[in-house]
Amino acid sequence: MCAQRYCMPDPALALTDEVIMRHISTGSRVIDLGCGNGRLLQALRDRHDCSVLGVELDRDEIVETITRGVPVIQADLDKGLSDVPDAAFDIAVLSQTLQQVHHPKEVLREMLRVARQALVVVPNFAHWRVRLQVLWQGRAPVTSSLPYEWYETPNVHFMSMYDFRELAAGLDCHIVAELPIIKGHAVDRAWAPNLRAESVLYLLESNDSSHTKSTNVSVTAGVPSAK
Amino acid sequence: MATDSVPTTEQEQPTKLEAAPGEYVETKFATLFEPPQPLKTDGGATIGPVTVAYETYGTLSPEKDNAIFVCHALTGDAHAAGRHGPECEKPGWWDDFIGPGKGLDTNEYFVISANVLGGCQGTTGPGSISPTTGKPFCLEFPVITVGDIVSVHAALVEHLGIEKLLSVIGGSLGGMQVLEWAARFPDKLSSAVVLASAANLSAQGIAFNTVGRRAIMTDPHFKDGRHYKAFGEDEPGPRFGLALARMLAHITYLSEASIELKFGRRLQHSEELGYELQRETEFQIESYLHYQGKRFVERFDANSYLFLTKAMDYFHLADSYGSLTEAVGRTDASFLVVSYSTDWLFPTSQSKELVAALIETGRDVSFIELDSPYGHDSFLIELEPLTALIQPFLAQTRTQRNTDTSNSR
Repeated sequence: MCAQRYCMPDPALALTDEVIMRHISTGSRVIDLGCGNGRLLQALRDRHDCSVLGVELDRDEIVETITRGVPVIQADLDKGLSDVPDAAFDIAVLSQTLQQVHHPKEVLREMLRVARQALVVVPNFAHWRVRLQVLWQGRAPVTSSLPYEWYETPNVHFMSMYDFRELAAGLDCHIVAELPIIKGHAVDRAWAPNLRAESVLYLLESNDSSHTKSTNVSVTAGVPSAK
Repeated sequence: MATDSVPTTEQEQPTKLEAAPGEYVETKFATLFEPPQPLKTDGGATIGPVTVAYETYGTLSPEKDNAIFVCHALTGDAHAAGRHGPECEKPGWWDDFIGPGKGLDTNEYFVISANVLGGCQGTTGPGSISPTTGKPFCLEFPVITVGDIVSVHAALVEHLGIEKLLSVIGGSLGGMQVLEWAARFPDKLSSAVVLASAANLSAQGIAFNTVGRRAIMTDPHFKDGRHYKAFGEDEPGPRFGLALARMLAHITYLSEASIELKFGRRLQHSEELGYELQRETEFQIESYLHYQGKRFVERFDANSYLFLTKAMDYFHLADSYGSLTEAVGRTDASFLVVSYSTDWLFPTSQSKELVAALIETGRDVSFIELDSPYGHDSFLIELEPLTALIQPFLAQTRTQRNTDTSNSR
C-alpha cells in the first residue's frame, strides 16, 4: 500500500491518537481540524468505521491526506468553517492546535456549530517544568512537550487547565470529560493535574439542545446552510 | 462521416482498444440513438441518429475498471491528447495532462474524450445534416442542455462496453458535465473531478454569454443561422460577430494579473503611440485578442456557439434535481473539487457552495483552491499541482472500488 510510506511513527503523536480514538464511538461522523497528513482520520475510518473529513491549510499535507484516501478540504481555521454546514458531524477534533490559532474562542464556537461534541487536546502551560523554567531560570519555557524557542514558536496562546475551563464556561457548552495527559497517558483523575499534566484532553458538548437533536436528522435532508 | 468505427461486441476485447504510448491517436465516430430510439432532449424534442466523435488513450483493463471520461469545456473537442499524425502540429487540448506518466496516466488508465452534442467537431450539432430536410439543422436544431450532452456521452460509454467509469473529470463547462453525470447517472461513476466549475453559471456568466450571442446574431452575415456552404458557396457566415464573441469571452478566461504579466501596456509594432484611431491592434493585448478571434472563426461554428452557451446558461443543478444536496446526494462517488485563486468567472465561492452540499450529504469530498495567476484558464495551464492531487485521488478511487467489489462478492 502506498499509504504506508507516509506513516511517520512519532510515539507521542501515536499515543495522543490512541487517547483521542478511545473517545470517539464507532461509526461517528468525525471532522478533524488541522488534520495534518490525515493519520488520525485514516485510523478512525479503518478501525472505527467512522466517516471522516479533514480540514487542512497546507497543500502538501492535503496531497498526503488524499493519498491516504481521506477526504480533506482546504480551509484556514482562523477564517471560520463556512463550507461546513451546521451539525454535519458528531464530533469535531482539534489536537494540539488551539494554542496556535489567533481566535481560539471562535474556533471552539465553530467546532460546536458543526458538531455535537468538540474534542480538544491542548498543552498545559502550567506544567511544573514550565513553571520552574520561568521561576528559577527566568527563561521562556522549552520542554519536550513545548519544544520551541520563543521566537519561532507557532504557539501564540498560553493556557492552563484553569484557563481553559474559564474559556469553556463562556461558550454555552459544558465539559463532558477532562483528562489530564501525564507522561503520555490520559488519566481520569490525578493529583494536582494542573501541575503534572503536559496536555489535557477536553470533551465539550453544546448546551443547545436543538443542536443535539439536529444531528439525528437524516443527513440527506435539508439544504446547505446559507452561512 | 457518420460511420461506426467502434469495434462490435464480439471484437470488444481490451486489445482492440489499446494504443501504445507514442502512437498517433485517431478520432473515431459512433452512431447512437438511431430511430426508433432517438434521444429525447430535456426541452422535449427528439433527435436521432446522433453521431459522436471520440478519442481514447491507454488500454482498457480486462475488468474494464480503469476508464476515465474527460469532459471538454465550451469550445473544446474530442482531441484531448496526442497527435493525429506526423503532419499534425497541434497536440490535444489537454496533452500536458493526459499521457504516459502524466496526471491522467495512460499507462494506468483508459481515457475517453468525446465532442459534445451541439458541437461542431464531429458530434451532431446545428451544422449536421438533418435527416428530415437533408440540409443542415441550423437553428432548427433543438435547444439542448448539459443533461442532453451527458446523456449522449453516457450512451457512448455504454456502447464501449463500460459499465462504470472510474472517474469523470472536467473543467468549466466540462465540470458542469461532471456534476450532471453524478446526478443523472449516479451509479455509472466511482469518482468525480470538478475543476474551475460550479453547480450553475453565475448571472455574470450569463451576461457575458448573452453579449457574445448578440454579437453573432446581429452580424449581417448571420442570416438566421443559415450561413453554411449548403446554402450557397459564398456564405461567409457571421465571422465578425463570432470573433467578437470570442474576444469578449477570452477576457473572462484570463485574469487582471495574467494580462498584466503577459502583455502589460506594451505596444505591438512601435515604441510610441500612433495617434491613429483606426489602428485596432496598437497594444499587444489588442493584437492578441484579435488573433484569438480570428483563429476561433477558422475552427468554430457560430451556431454551435449559440447552442452551447445557451446550454451553459440553463445549467442549474439545484433546480433540476430539487436542491443541490439532493442532486449530489444521488451518487456514492467521491468528489475532488478544485478552484483557482484568480478565476473570477467561476469563483472559489461557487466551488465552496458545492463542497458544502457534498459535506451535508455525507459524501466523500476533497477541496482545494490552487494559487494561480492564470484566471479561469488555470485548469488548462497549471497542471503540476493538479497532477499532484489527481494521481493519489485516482489511485485511492481504484483501491476503494476494488475493496467494494471484493466485499460485495
